[in-house]
Amino acid sequence: MTTSDDSGPVTGPGGAAGDGPPAAATIVLNGERRAVEPGLSVAELLHGLGLDPGMVVVERNREILARGDLADTPAEDGDRFELVHFVGGG
Amino acid sequence: MGSATRADGPLLIGGRPFASRLIVGTGKYRSNAEMVSAIRASGAEMVTVAVRRVDLDRTKEEGILHHLDPAEFFLLPNTAGCYTAADAIRYARLGRAAGLNDWVKLEVIGDERTLLPDTGATLEAARELVADDFHVLAYTNDDLIAALRLEDAGCAAVMPLASPIGSGLGLVNPYYIREIKRRLAVPVIVDAGVGTASDACLTMEQGVDGVLMNTALAAAEDPVGMARAMRLAVRAGREAYLAGRMASREIAVPSSPSAGMLE
Repeated sequence: MTTSDDSGPVTGPGGAAGDGPPAAATIVLNGERRAVEPGLSVAELLHGLGLDPGMVVVERNREILARGDLADTPAEDGDRFELVHFVGGG
Repeated sequence: MGSATRADGPLLIGGRPFASRLIVGTGKYRSNAEMVSAIRASGAEMVTVAVRRVDLDRTKEEGILHHLDPAEFFLLPNTAGCYTAADAIRYARLGRAAGLNDWVKLEVIGDERTLLPDTGATLEAARELVADDFHVLAYTNDDLIAALRLEDAGCAAVMPLASPIGSGLGLVNPYYIREIKRRLAVPVIVDAGVGTASDACLTMEQGVDGVLMNTALAAAEDPVGMARAMRLAVRAGREAYLAGRMASREIAVPSSPSAGMLE
């Protein structure tokens, strides 16, 4: 489920410590809120979206991620991602 | 002794040679197939691309790397759509992170209606990007002072406009473009506003090092045909410039001898 909304703080459903499985994380991806499973790496996120990491550039909280770091970088609750690529232009 | 022919060398930007003095954009084409055909017909080696969000709802094939091979063309990321130095710097870094090169066509726009550059912001961005080891090719206007400042800032090339982006108005100020070319040591590539072949030819006749165009090809009825024309026009203008044109004057000078007329 996604909604177009990049205003305001991004928070996911909370859970008290010790209350069962960790809650899903909520991220903003290209301006849209998305719920992602906890512990998901950015590489896995891209794979789930059908994206080739070699064809996109990832910015996480305004920092560009090196391709080599995608598998080791988790998508954390509150993260804002921009996935960009080259398109036609003058 | 025969007349000396001023031999032309390649277009040299940042020490890298390009055999073609025509650089083309990849935007606004009716189809990717037409874009590739037109680019090939133009003979261009360097093409510009824009940096944009991946559209997660549509086909994954829309990225330009699915249609243009970086092994065949030198892709120059641009900062199109940026209205501040900070945005342009952000987009330039994203473009570099694609891993192809550290070149950028720097554009910082100051006005939405004319798409004229904000030269102050362009200079600010150029300084920061040069310090960050980019090869900066800076889109600017036909203002000599702005061009000199961009060169001083370390830009690899300065790219004054012929007329507004996408306008097809051609070269509106040849006088200032000529002066910019006389005064700068870095390559001068006229970018924006070229509409048809004569515009490209006239531009090259001013002595500039290259021409960059997008809409002139993409919006032509036959982009491949126009690309062929542009390839010839850039060559013709360059050769005419190197040949050293005749002086023009406002009175007539006969081409046939005055002597030997019958009585």
